Amino acid sequence: QVPFRKVTWKMSRVLVGVKRVVDYAVKVRVNPEKTGVVTQGVKHSMNPFDEIAVEEAVKMKEKKLATEVVAVSIGPTQSQEVIRTALAMGADRGIHVEISGKDYDLLQPIHVSKILAKLALDEKADLVILGKQAIDDDCNQTAQMTAAALDWPQGTFCNKIEKTGDGLTIVREIDGGLETIKTKTPAVLSADLRLNTPRYATLPNIMKAKKKPLKKMSAGDLGVDTTPRIEVISVEDPPVRKAGAVVPDVDTLVSKLKEGGHC
Amino acid sequence: SVNNNNNMFSSNTARGLLRTSILHRCKSTLVVAEHNNEVLNPATLNTIAAAKKIGGDVTVLVAGTKCGPASEAVAKVEGVAKVLVAENEAFKGFTAESLTPLVVAAQNQFKFTHILAGATAFGKNVLPRVAAKLDVSPISEIIDVKSEDTFVRTIYAGNAILTLRSKDPVKVITVRATNFAPAAASGGSGAIEQAPAGDYAQSLTEFVSQELTKSDRPELTSAKVIISGGRGLKSGDNFKMLYDLADKFGAAVGASRAAVDAGYVPNDLQIGQTGKIVAPDLYVAVGISGAIQHLAGMKDSKTIVAINKDPEAPIFQVADIGLVADLFKAVPELTGKL
Repeated sequence: QVPFRKVTWKMSRVLVGVKRVVDYAVKVRVNPEKTGVVTQGVKHSMNPFDEIAVEEAVKMKEKKLATEVVAVSIGPTQSQEVIRTALAMGADRGIHVEISGKDYDLLQPIHVSKILAKLALDEKADLVILGKQAIDDDCNQTAQMTAAALDWPQGTFCNKIEKTGDGLTIVREIDGGLETIKTKTPAVLSADLRLNTPRYATLPNIMKAKKKPLKKMSAGDLGVDTTPRIEVISVEDPPVRKAGAVVPDVDTLVSKLKEGGHC
Repeated sequence: SVNNNNNMFSSNTARGLLRTSILHRCKSTLVVAEHNNEVLNPATLNTIAAAKKIGGDVTVLVAGTKCGPASEAVAKVEGVAKVLVAENEAFKGFTAESLTPLVVAAQNQFKFTHILAGATAFGKNVLPRVAAKLDVSPISEIIDVKSEDTFVRTIYAGNAILTLRSKDPVKVITVRATNFAPAAASGGSGAIEQAPAGDYAQSLTEFVSQELTKSDRPELTSAKVIISGGRGLKSGDNFKMLYDLADKFGAAVGASRAAVDAGYVPNDLQIGQTGKIVAPDLYVAVGISGAIQHLAGMKDSKTIVAINKDPEAPIFQVADIGLVADLFKAVPELTGKL
């Protein structure tokens, strides 16, 4: 019989990545030059998966599993808005890595992951939590690449995260259902939709967030090369589906299905 | 002089051979197979089709704790030149942490120009880690190949189509299966070889268990017909109506995010930007409003049928056949008349 031994939980600091994206409810339009989508004057907000990541980090702090939550955003000046949102949700301080213009247009998860990895080491983070994908580029790469850059384990598409022993037990969403893995810490995690329900920032917390510290940096400060790895050839509208017909009743629907050879 | 001629002749031949082999070596693709130690995931066949479209030799890597069935299946796939097999307890649970050093070792030995996997939960988990180790920018979920360095993918939930040229020396790519007709499962005779040996055991992660949704129905991403339900179903029990309808078609059953979030069905049935991307011959959307995020997962279906009581529901803008009706009456009636 092994005598009972208290396992010390060493986790202290959580780094959360937040991206400013075109709001999920906006119907995006391709620009006339066919180089991208129209973003000027379009509502932006925090990537929904990142809200879930922030919520999870704040919950960890509330459960005393984390002592500090640091929110990081990489992008133009306006990225500070999403950092403030994270601060209003309960993050303790923010870091803004400013990259704008053409450099930002061609910024890829490989660059972001190198920046996050460098920050994770500089800030002595024990956990990096990111959203599983950004709803603008739909890449689903940054968490995996950050984990690789750090040689840390990755827990992607998290449905549930629990502290067990001196590591984590993670339930992941996979194609056929769910999967449970154990990871050591430090680790990089990516939040899936059902990990939690993000809280709303209350007005008093929004006011308090304005006073929380926000550090500004550049990619150069971190020694990360952001040379583009891709060239955008074109951005175009998807093919439009032909408008269909509304049928009056189930009988007509059945005959249409038969016409189409579906039954 | 005869010798010289011979030499000249042979050196020309050598140059010709060299040129051929450079052209040959110019493109070579490694496809990371997905399997469960028993059967090959069909998405691997679509991924091989994308590899063939890129051109050059196609090598398939099969790694797992038991590789016999998948490696034999993949060796018979048309267009597969070589199968690299890595059977090792280290690959239990197919973790990215154990597979990445294996793929990198294969890359170091064979110098592939492209590394591909299906854009499944497996491919999305593993390939970005591989790309980071090779210091290249991966390309997610391509829907077309324009040339060896130019690819097409969707952004903004399928609302814009991006064509990009990769400047990286090695292209690491995941492939949206529904956009590539599967390679023929027979007619090939790939040579089966051992993958580079190494100590792939790692202590970063440990696979514990899987809880898979059991179903006799066809798998969602490869089903010819999908019956899909949304918030309008009002409860998990009411999904039985959709299963009855699905039985008439031999169809798979899917769901919108709203139905999953409400707990009507498990999350792996979710179709959409953040769930599964499907493109069946027939997609029947029942009680689904048709949010942008849902349309991203199904708008490439050949025929879309919508049953919804709200005539303003956006789903009717993409539906080929729409029926404005109470689904609780229309669905049983439809099932009865088929």
